[in-house]
Amino acid sequence: MDPVPGNPGGAPHVGAPSGAGPDLGALLKRSARGDTAAFAELYDATAPRVHGLVLRVVRDRAQSEEVTQEVFLEVWRQASRYDAARGSASAWLMTIAHRKAVDRVRSAEAATRRDLTYEHGHQSVPHDETAEAAHASLEAHRVRTALGQLTEVQREAIELAYFGGYTHTEVAALLDLPVGTAKTRIRDGLIRLRDTIGVGR
Amino acid sequence: MTDHEHALSGAYAVDALDAEERARFEAHLRECRDCQEEVASLQEAAALLGTDPVEPPASVRDAVLASIQSIRPLPPIVETPAAVPAEVDQLAERRARRGLVHRLTRTPLLVAAAVVLLLAVGTALVRPWTGDDTANEPPTAADRVLSAADATEVAQAFPDGSKATLVVSRSQGKAVIRTRHMALPPSGKTYQLWLQSPAGEMVPAGLMPEEADTTYVLDGDASKATGVGITVEPDGGSDHPTSKPIALFPLEA
Repeated sequence: MDPVPGNPGGAPHVGAPSGAGPDLGALLKRSARGDTAAFAELYDATAPRVHGLVLRVVRDRAQSEEVTQEVFLEVWRQASRYDAARGSASAWLMTIAHRKAVDRVRSAEAATRRDLTYEHGHQSVPHDETAEAAHASLEAHRVRTALGQLTEVQREAIELAYFGGYTHTEVAALLDLPVGTAKTRIRDGLIRLRDTIGVGR
Repeated sequence: MTDHEHALSGAYAVDALDAEERARFEAHLRECRDCQEEVASLQEAAALLGTDPVEPPASVRDAVLASIQSIRPLPPIVETPAAVPAEVDQLAERRARRGLVHRLTRTPLLVAAAVVLLLAVGTALVRPWTGDDTANEPPTAADRVLSAADATEVAQAFPDGSKATLVVSRSQGKAVIRTRHMALPPSGKTYQLWLQSPAGEMVPAGLMPEEADTTYVLDGDASKATGVGITVEPDGGSDHPTSKPIALFPLEA
C-alpha cells in the first residue's frame, strides 16, 4: 500500500543527490540489500549532519551519541522503506533523526524540561540563532534567506519546535500565543520556507 | 479531512505533537493524501534547517557498524495485488471505520461490516498466514484461531509501512492481532487493545507486546465482540480508553 503519488516524474528533489557527495538514495538501496560497505559510506556522508541536529536538540553529549547510534540502526533497518518518489534521502534521514532526538528529550528529561519550560517563561529566542547555526554552505545561505521571509513569530515557533523539541502547545505558552495558534504559525512558516526554498513539490 | 486535522501537518512535520495527537494525526494521515503530500514537503523543508555538523566520536561509528551485523534489514513493502482496486479499497476502509465509530455510539451498520468482511476475504486470499517469513512459530492459542474454519481477518496498513491484522474466530471465542513493522509506542506509553461488546462498551483486552512484529492473542471473550480498537495509553494500561483509537477493526456479527 503506497497511496502517495509523490513525484511520479522522478524529477530530482532539491537537496537530494546534490552535485557533491555520494548519492544517498543509491547507498540506502544497497544498504537495504545488506551491503554493509554501502552503509558505512552512508554513515560517513551523513553522520556529522545527523549528530549535529541530535546534539542541538538533545544537548547532552552522551545521550546524543546514544541517539545518533539509534538513528543509524533504524536507518539500516528501514532502508528498504525509503521511497525516492516521496522525497529526498537526506530529508528521510533527518526526519528519523529529529523524531528520535525529540522522543529522547521528551521521555528522558520530561521532568526537568517541564521546569525549564516554566523558567524560560517569556524569554525570547535570539533572532539569528538559526541563521548562525546554518552558516556552512550555499544551501545554508538559501535557508537563511528563506528564514528572513518568515514573520518573527513563525520563525520563533519553528525554532522552538524543531531545535527545542517543544510541542506546539508548549510553543504557544513560550511565545504567549493563544492556545492552538502555534501549530498554525509553524505550518504557515514551513509552507513559506518550502515555497521560498523550492523543495518538496 | 477537517481543517482541524489538516492544521496539524506542520506541527507533525517538526515532531511538535504530543504522543496522543501524533497517534491521532497518523491515523488521519493514512487516509488523507493531501496531508501525506504536505507533510512530506514540509519535512523536506524542515530537514534543511539543519545545524552545524558535528562529527560523532569514532566509538559511535564502531558501535553502529558492529550492531548492524546482527540486525536484519526490513523487507521492502511489496504491493499486494488487492482484490479490490486501491481507491475502492481506501473508500471502503473509510466507510467501514466510519461505520464502527457510528456503531460505537449508536446503531449497528451492517453494510459497513459486510464491506469489511469482503475486504477480509480478499486479504485472506492473497496473504495466507503460512506464506509469511517469520522464523517464530505462532503460539498454539494463536494458531488455533488463525487456522479455525471460521477465522476472518481485517487488515490495516499505516503510512509508515507498518501493518496490523486482526483475526477473529467466533467458534474459538478468541481474537489475534498480528503486527508487521509496527512503530513502538512513545516511551511511557503502551498500545492497549479493546474488545467492543455488543452493548458498545470497550473492554480491556490486553497490552500489545513492545515489538515491531508480534502475534498476540487478545484477552477476553471475542465470540460476540463487535469490534477491536487500539489506543495509546500510559504504561500499564487504562481501565477505559483515554484517547481516540489509532486503529479500529470492525467485526462482522
